[in-house]
Amino acid sequence: MKTIILGLLCLSFASVAQAVLKIDITEGTEGALPIAVVPFKWHGSKMISDGDVSAIVASDLARSGKFSPVDEKDLIARPNKLADVHYKTWRIAGMDHIVIGNVTLQPNGTYQVEFRLIDILKGKQVLGYSFAATKDTIRTIAHQISDYVFTHITGMPGAFGTRIAYVTVQRSKKGISSRLQVSDTDGYNPQTLLTSNEPIMSPAWSPNGAELAYVSFENGQAEIFTHNIRTGKRKSRSKFKGLNGSPAWSPDGKKLAVTLSKDGNPDIYILNIKDNKAKRLTNHWAIDTEAVWLPDGKAIIYTSSRSGKPQLYRQSIWGNAKPERLTYEGRYNANASVSADGKHIAYVHGEGNVYRIALLELATKSSRILTDGPLDESPEYAPNNSMILFASQEKRKAILAAVSVDGRQKQRLVFTDGEVREPSWAAVRY
Amino acid sequence: MIKILLVTALALSIVACGDRIKPDEPANASDEDTSGATAGGIDGADGNGGTALEGGKLVSYEEGAINDPDNVLSEKIVYFGFDSNAVGDDFVELVKHHGKYLSFNVNASVRLEGHADERGTREYNVALAESRAQAVKQLMLYEGASNEQISVISYGEEKPVAFGQDEESMSLNRRVEIVYQ
Repeated sequence: MKTIILGLLCLSFASVAQAVLKIDITEGTEGALPIAVVPFKWHGSKMISDGDVSAIVASDLARSGKFSPVDEKDLIARPNKLADVHYKTWRIAGMDHIVIGNVTLQPNGTYQVEFRLIDILKGKQVLGYSFAATKDTIRTIAHQISDYVFTHITGMPGAFGTRIAYVTVQRSKKGISSRLQVSDTDGYNPQTLLTSNEPIMSPAWSPNGAELAYVSFENGQAEIFTHNIRTGKRKSRSKFKGLNGSPAWSPDGKKLAVTLSKDGNPDIYILNIKDNKAKRLTNHWAIDTEAVWLPDGKAIIYTSSRSGKPQLYRQSIWGNAKPERLTYEGRYNANASVSADGKHIAYVHGEGNVYRIALLELATKSSRILTDGPLDESPEYAPNNSMILFASQEKRKAILAAVSVDGRQKQRLVFTDGEVREPSWAAVRY
Repeated sequence: MIKILLVTALALSIVACGDRIKPDEPANASDEDTSGATAGGIDGADGNGGTALEGGKLVSYEEGAINDPDNVLSEKIVYFGFDSNAVGDDFVELVKHHGKYLSFNVNASVRLEGHADERGTREYNVALAESRAQAVKQLMLYEGASNEQISVISYGEEKPVAFGQDEESMSLNRRVEIVYQ
């Protein structure tokens, strides 16, 4: 078991300033690609705090489930220059790739961060970049390096350099304190966007990573807001009588699919961002909710109880299209998250009192269960399709966890205090 | 479990109920008593806003009765089965009493707060809990309450009152709270 402990600085609230996010890779590295990330050499300065670039890269790659970075203590050599790389030695050690790099303090106080990705079998450098960083941006640069390495080797886009959003809840005798938090994808650098004594739910990133849509009960009813993470400006989008829930951005960022019950019972509506007008899409006496968009923007997948129990359905957003039922196995299948390529959905599969994350291939309708439960929910596909973030419970504590799409690798992201839930992973860093 | 006790023993009920009693109203007999605390009452559930005794508690639709701990209307939580929005037999009478109270007190209003247990997905639970509150509302409307007197909010699983993972905790969280405004 590998354990990476990251100290978190909470910028906004003293009560969680000491919160620590601990990431444990709990199961399996089988099938992961071997890679060595050699500690970067610092020039003109000692390593600054937050500046352990190679450790950040190694941790990102390990979390993806696709890589198995060598423990630093087991490195057979620590080159920093291309000329010092002995390909034969690394080949014998079974390495396919190594990453080397340097950080150099510049006269203006910034840091030049350079890295090279070396393909040991090809016997040459295959990637090399240099970045200008400050002490505040060096972690972001490190995540970008992870993305470059990940993309080059796997052919899939990286997703380490973006952000995640989630809801935390602390309970006291006075009631609850809910927070909407945004952090780096490794949980570092959490910032609070909203604090409320009433529930906050269902954060969802806009496609450009600039805004979050979410539900807040702060005004005594469920209300959907959009919130620009940089300016802090937000807009009330929907506060009809009854439910205002489950916001989901269309792929072009121009619409939100939402759940409203203003006309009687919960149905899916499409809300136009430009004029805030909501148009009804589904019309059924049962519950329709938890809509998500397919990547082409032409159809949604949602949860409906029209068969008696919650199941997943797909429906075109045009005209009076008929919904197509997607799930048949088990009595509870809900809350889909669509992969970026639109080929799979992750969802909550309930059987008895056990709720687990499952994966459905849309083309074949074949499904398999990825997690153990007992109360796993809120699956969220990483934008690069490699893993699924979800909310779980451990010893009655709400935590975030991640599972690789092949189900082989599992991780826990545990905050030291409070509950954490409903992760959303931005496709782009704004 | 709520059972209406309609008894003729006026003397006892006068002691128990004071000026809420309307002795000229019709009275029906019943011989059941589950608590032993109070033995009699007068049937007021015939649409006149009168007073009846119920188990150890009385029923009165007079203004403020909802705050009387001896009144059935002081019970303000309706519990539900898993993934169900059906008001169970145990609670139908209670909900009806509240509906009647609203019909007799047109200035009274309630907020019905729907809740779910933690099983299942969050937004689905918000929808499920709303349907519970709507079911309670519908029953109240049948009893003569008006639409304007009843507002509905659903919190889904976001506001639990019990934190165990056992069935008892779960069942305490599957509820609609009747909150008078």
